[in-house]
This record gives sequence, C-alpha cells and structure tokens, in this order.
Amino acid sequence: MAKLILKKTPMREQPPEERIHNFNEVPYGYSEEEAVAEANRCLQCKDPPCIAGCPVEIDIPGFINQIALKNFQGAIDKLKETNFLPAICGRVCPQEDQCEKYCVLGKKAESVAIGRLERFAADWEADKGKVKIPPQANPTGKKVAVVGAGPAGLTAAGELIKRGHQVTVFEALHKEGGVLVYGIPEFRLPKAIVAREVDFLRQMGVEFVASFVVGKTQTVDELLEEFDTLFLGTGAGLPWFMQIPGENLNGIYSANEYLTRVNLMKAYLFPQYDTPIVRGKRVATSGGGNVAMDSARTALRLGAEKSMIIYRRSRRELPARIEEIEHAEEEGVKFEFLTLPVAYHADKRGWVKEMECIRMRLGEPDSSGRRRPLPIEGSNFKIPVDVVVVAIGQSPNPLVPSTTPGLETGKHGNITTDVATGRTSKKAVFAGGDIATGAATVILAMGAGKIAAKAINEYLKTGKW
Amino acid sequence: MNRILKKRVLTSEIKLFEVETPLIAKRALPGQFVVLRLNEEGERIPMTIVEARPEEGVILIIFQEVGKSTKQMGTMKEGDVIADVIGPLGVPSEIEKFGRVVCIGGGVGVAPVYPITKALKEMGNYVISIIGARSKDLVLLEERMRAISDELYITTDDGSYGQKGFVSDELQRLIDQGKKIDRAIAIGPVIMMKVVSEVTRPYGIKTIVSLNPIMVDGTGMCGACRVEVGGETKFTCVDGPDFDGHLVNFDLLMNRLRIYEREEKIALEEYGQGKGRNL
Ligand SMILES: Cc1cc2nc3c(=O)[nH]c(=O)nc-3n(C[C@H](O)[C@H](O)[C@H](O)COP(=O)(O)OP(=O)(O)OC[C@H]3O[C@@H](n4cnc5c(N)ncnc54)[C@H](O)[C@@H]3O)c2cc1C
Ligand SMILES: Cc1cc2nc3c(=O)[nH]c(=O)nc-3n(C[C@H](O)[C@H](O)[C@H](O)COP(=O)(O)OP(=O)(O)OC[C@H]3O[C@@H](n4cnc5c(N)ncnc54)[C@H](O)[C@@H]3O)c2cc1C
Ligand code: SF4
Ligand code: SF4
Ligand code: FES
Repeated sequence: MAKLILKKTPMREQPPEERIHNFNEVPYGYSEEEAVAEANRCLQCKDPPCIAGCPVEIDIPGFINQIALKNFQGAIDKLKETNFLPAICGRVCPQEDQCEKYCVLGKKAESVAIGRLERFAADWEADKGKVKIPPQANPTGKKVAVVGAGPAGLTAAGELIKRGHQVTVFEALHKEGGVLVYGIPEFRLPKAIVAREVDFLRQMGVEFVASFVVGKTQTVDELLEEFDTLFLGTGAGLPWFMQIPGENLNGIYSANEYLTRVNLMKAYLFPQYDTPIVRGKRVATSGGGNVAMDSARTALRLGAEKSMIIYRRSRRELPARIEEIEHAEEEGVKFEFLTLPVAYHADKRGWVKEMECIRMRLGEPDSSGRRRPLPIEGSNFKIPVDVVVVAIGQSPNPLVPSTTPGLETGKHGNITTDVATGRTSKKAVFAGGDIATGAATVILAMGAGKIAAKAINEYLKTGKW
Repeated sequence: MNRILKKRVLTSEIKLFEVETPLIAKRALPGQFVVLRLNEEGERIPMTIVEARPEEGVILIIFQEVGKSTKQMGTMKEGDVIADVIGPLGVPSEIEKFGRVVCIGGGVGVAPVYPITKALKEMGNYVISIIGARSKDLVLLEERMRAISDELYITTDDGSYGQKGFVSDELQRLIDQGKKIDRAIAIGPVIMMKVVSEVTRPYGIKTIVSLNPIMVDGTGMCGACRVEVGGETKFTCVDGPDFDGHLVNFDLLMNRLRIYEREEKIALEEYGQGKGRNL
C-alpha cells in the first residue's frame, strides 16, 4: 500500500470568471490517470463504513478497486448492480453527508472522492458509445404504470423492466427527467446525460408517454383498469411562497418557474427559443438549499451584476451541497446571512424595486437540531433589486391525491406510504420519492423507486396486498 | 396524435383548429384548457377547449394572433402536427341551474364563453348572451351563440354592427331595463372583465370571469399564473381559471401580463424579419 495521500485528487474545472458567462458544465471530470490515482487512495477496508452511508448501498470499495486495476468496464458493471444512474448521482449526491461522510480516511485526511469516481466510471462508459443492456427476465405479461419520470419513477421503471414486466411511464411535462431536467441547471448536470439515461431505459423496452397529466388526462382509477399496478413518483413540485406583501409583483419568481424557464424551456437561448426570462441586474434569491444556489448561479449566467443569497440562518446551517456553496462563492454570489425578507416594494410600473429584510439572530435549537432564527426587532433595511427568486422549498403537488379516492395523504400533502415497501393506502398503488417524503434528494428518490419495485414484483407474483 | 385536422380562418386575426387529441377530447369539460407547444423551440401556451367531440377524438381551439407564437401557429396547415398538447387542465366551470344567466364574450373571449354558455343552456337556464368586437368583421361565433341563447345581443366598438359600444354598456342597459339576472359569466380582455364585474357589483349579481395570466406548465408547478382573489394568492391553472369577478385583483393581473412586453416585441421582430423558424 502506497503512502497515504491526504488530499483528494483535485478535479479540473472551468475558471469562475469564464464559466459565469456560459451554461457549460463546471467540473471537467477526472482523466483516467487522475481516477486511478484517486482510486488508489482507497484503503479497501474489510468492513467498509462508506457503504452504509450510501442509500442504495453501492459496493464502494468494489467499484473503486476496479478503477484502481484500470478495469473501467468492471467498475461500471459493479455500480450498475445497485445504481441505475451513476452519472447523475456522482454529480449531484450530497456526498459529504452520505458515503464520503463515513469514509475512514475522512477522520485524518480528506475522504476518498467516491462521487467523482462514480461519475468517472459512468462517463467512461458513455464516451465509449456502447452501453451494455443488462439481462432481462422472461416477459411476465404484467403491466405496470409509472407516474412521473423523475429519479424515483425512472429507477422503478428500470428495476421492473429488468424483472420482465411491461412498463409505461407517464410524464406531465414534455420531457422526461423530473427535477433533473427542469430544476438542476445544465452547468451542474448536462441534460444530455439525463437524456442518455432515459434512452437507455427506452432501449430496455420501457415505454414513455410524455405530456400526460395523471389526474387530468386520465385518473389513477382509469389507469388501474389497464394496468395491474401503479407507482406514483410525482415529486414535490408545488412551490412555496412566503405570503408577504408585494410577493406577486413583476420580477418575482418562484425558483421552479425561474429554473424551468431556463432549463426545460431554454430561456437562456431566447429568442432562438421562444420562452423569455427577465434578465435582472440585481438579483436576490431567498433560501439556502441547492435550489437557491442553482438560482443564484443561474442569475449570474443570465448577466446579473450582483447575485445575492438571502438566508435566515448562518453559513454553517446552509443545507446545500458544500460543492455548490463553494462554487457559488467562487463565482461571486454574495451571501446575506441571518436575514429574512419581510416585504417587497414596487416602482411606478409595478416591478419589484426593493426587498425589505429584517436581521435575525440564532436562538435555541429547533426540532431539526438547527438553531432557530429569531427576528431582531427594528432591524429592517432595504436591498435594491430588480429580480427576486423565492427558493424556500416546495411540497408535493396535490393533483394526483386530490383526484384519487382512497389515497391517504399526510399533513404536508405527502402520500402516506409504508417505508419498507412503498405501499399506499390504496390497493395496487405504490409511491415513493419526494411525493412521499417531501423534498429530499435524488438518491433517496432512487432508493424509494427501488424498494417499491421489489415490492411491486412481489405483489405481481403473489397477488397479495 | 395532435394533428390539425381542420383549419378555418374566422376573421383577419382569429383562426380555428380542430386537433386530434382523443384522450383530451374524452374528458374535457366546459371551462377547461390545454397547454400546447408548437415545436422544439416553442413556448408553452394555454388555449381554451372551445368544443370537445369525444366520438371523433377532436378538440376545437380558436385563437387570436397577438404575438410570435400565435402568429406562427396561424401559419400551420391542416395535416401539421403540434408537438405537444396537454390537458384537459383547470377546474371545469360550475354548471348548474341558476335561473337566468348572462353570458358575455368580448373579442376572442367569445370562444371560451361558448362552451360554458352551451352547457348552461343544456342545464335548463334561460340564457342571455352578449357578444362584442371592435367591428363587424371581427364578431365571432354569432350563429353558434344565437343557436344556444334565448336572447342574443351584439355590440361593436365602432357601431358597424349591432349596438355601438361595449358589452358592459349593453349589460348595464339590460339591468336598467329591469331584467332579472341570477348570474353573469364574462370572458374577454382583462379590462372588459373588470368593467363587467363593476357593473354587476352594486346589484349583487354573482359574476364569474375566466382569467388568462401567463402560464408555463399549467399543472401548479411554477406559480407563473398566480393571481390575487379575495386577498389570497391563487394559481390560475389549478385553482381556476374561473374566479369570482368581484374578488379578483384585475390591476395586478394586467400588470403581470406586461412582464415580457420587451421580450414579446423582440420575438415578434425577429420572427417578422425571417430570423424566426418556419416562416
Ligand atoms: C433546483 C433543484 C436542485 C436540486 N439539487 C439536488 C442535488 O444537487 N442533489 C440531490 O440529491 N437532490 C437535489 N434536488 C432534489 C432532487 O432533485 C429531488 O429530491 C428528486 O428529483 C426527487 O425525485 P422524484 O422522482 O421523487 O421527483 P421529481 O424529480 O420531482 O420528478 C417527478 C416527476 O413527476 C412528474 N409529475 C408530477 N405530477 C404528475 C402527474 N400528475 N402526472 C404525470 N407526471 C407528473 C413531474 O413533472 C416530474 O417530472 C434538487 C431539487 C431542485 C428543485
Ligand atoms: C387559461 C387560458 C386560456 C386561454 N385561451 C385562449 C383562447 O382560447 N384563445 C386565444 O386566442 N388566447 C387564449 N389565451 C391567451 C393565449 O394563451 C395568449 O394569447 C398566447 O399565449 C400569446 O402568445 P404569443 O407568443 O402569440 O404572444 P406574446 O407576444 O407572447 O404575448 C401577447 C399577450 O399574451 C400574453 N401571454 C404571453 N405568453 C403567454 C403564456 N404563456 N400564457 C398566457 N398568456 C401569455 C402576454 O401577456 C401578452 O398580453 C388563453 C390564456 C389562458 C391563460
Ligand atoms: S450513489 Fe451517492 S451516496 Fe451512493 S456512493 Fe454514489 S455518490 Fe455516494
Ligand atoms: S471507507 Fe473510504 S477508504 Fe474505506 S473502503 Fe470506503 S472509500 Fe475506501
Ligand atoms: S402555470 Fe405554472 S403553476 Fe400555473
């Protein structure tokens, strides 16, 4: 075993001053040499703690060892045993809270760059051009409908087609991918990668029906007449607003709208593409998660001179991935911590002109364990702005639950499921991902899709509910 | 799917399409709409379902060419395919036996008011219709509306046909004549819906309007379509498009419809100069 190298092998990136003028991906990914060097940092632990940190329990030392041996095909095969979308997870997983958090190296040095290695193996396979189609079971003659083509639905579809069932995915938007296509920007997750994964499922025989809104075009009960069972992976697509004065002024967007216009509708290429977007000079984004970072960084790329993040707690409570926070800082996003918007003021034409904020201080920890932000009375001040993006969260869209009798929901509108199987209160209907948990992560949604697929398979075999 | 089976030119700037969309045709109810996208570069635009014929699997849409997308749509021919048609969206209109209803359509608004009028008539209401346009050539669906109305009144801004004036003037006249009205439905330009709501307010006549804010997804995901009704924020695509006109903040809606004024002009200019596609 070579001498311990303390630092992760760095990943080359577009320089900040360049990348804020384009939508191309920021990190370039590892070369073969870099990947092998990083793979060699792994200690190949006998009892690897990293695996427990991965919601889909990838054999982490196993795939990393293949990279160290330069058997890249072996690495991707290992990954695909448990993870359908490695190119995506390698890019967007909050590794510092998951696999890498538990890596033994992390105690004394930097943990192994598991995500970067995962991404490397997946990209290596894609660059090669030919993707291996995994073996499929004999056709069972059973039909499954998957509702929503986000990570939960795509994973469930993949697992079910492998087991020989006929799978049709219904998607409300005109393109598959869920948040991966409408929310997460091109510079973080190129849309070609998502299209590639969807294509892969198509090659395996999954049928996709886009522009089909379940609950409107057809209801769950109507689909159940044609399909043996149904998986709901409709996500958490209902944007929250703060219900403060002036929130409907021109220039104020939900993050969903702002990002959908730019990513799904390609407003950054207007007028070549028809969908417009307001290109603000001074843009304020409220929130502190990945959605907020994505919005603030998008604003820069649309030409903002100043892009600000307004967050009510302090830097250490920011829920976004560390890499996104660092990238945002490098690109010049300005952070206003311990600050809460309380009102918006308009110019004469009805456009937002100022965001009125109040300063906060941190009190006792709340139920989430984070210290509760408390307003400091009389500390109000105004920030001049011309575009505002509200990125404070989203909850499950009520469209499906409200049109499906017998489908129970929890108090936040999430569909109630049995965590171990994804079963809902309605016979033959399963659910998972953000629709069940509320806004979470890509890998958790995939994990839920996988668990449900297993239970669906059982149900189709035994008919037992 | 999504093929234009029939195209009709109704006025110089208003066209009708019959589009093949079997699933949407099967479920569509009066007051609902579709969101469509013409092609890969296209934006998502909402259009009311003017008629649904489930047996033939078609829906009817009637649109006015106001900007880049609708002008481009106007160049599409029979046999062409619209990239995406999504629906039926929105909450269907409330159709009950109210008694005597007034159905008011201004400009292209006659198209969306038609299916509601028809359903109200079939429900057994006494239907008084008022339809208006800028001038005689622009009056829409006169024969269809006449066939389902107990009384039909026509107004034109320039007096070239029917009564000279606005639909709201005609409504005021009917009220002044002492006509009993149990409910009004008004669809058209925002300013028209606002004025009609002001006309009926003093008499306590419940007035339903159908709002037309800018939309993107049409499924409650983006909030672009938010409007204020009774002081509360609503998403038009899932909470509407029908709302109580006496509670709607019309000024806010008018303001929000101007968000992309600049971009709409650029899009149209580029398109006019042939830089746009499909010209
Ligand atoms: C901007 C942004 C950035 C993010 N960044 C990260 C990140 O870096 N890392 C990470 O792990 N997570 C991130 N997340 C969270 C992550 O994307 C989600 O947790 C994940 O996508 C949830 O997957 P899902 O399949 O449950 O739902 P979604 O991805 O939301 O997909 C649901 C799909 O269902 C469709 N649908 C909804 N209703 C219907 C209906 N009635 N009929 C048919 N189809 C319907 C929707 O159109 C959508 O395509 C981010 C989220 C956002 C918004
Ligand atoms: C529920 C609903 C039903 C509608 N039904 C009909 C109908 O039956 N017939 C009809 O002719 N028109 C209808 N409209 C209006 C129609 O959608 C717009 O005229 C069209 O989108 C304009 O696009 P454009 O590119 O041609 O014009 P633009 O130059 O982009 O804009 C012209 C006008 O249309 C508004 N507009 C622009 N984009 C949108 C959008 N994505 N959504 C809504 N409004 C927009 C603008 O505020 C502006 O006032 C409806 C709108 C809604 C919300
Ligand atoms: S899927 Fe995510 S959590 Fe699992 S190993 Fe890959 S990066 Fe880590
Ligand atoms: S814990 Fe770290 S060093 Fe050990 S096997 Fe996992 S990645 Fe390798
Ligand atoms: S159009 Fe997006 S929420 Fe209504």
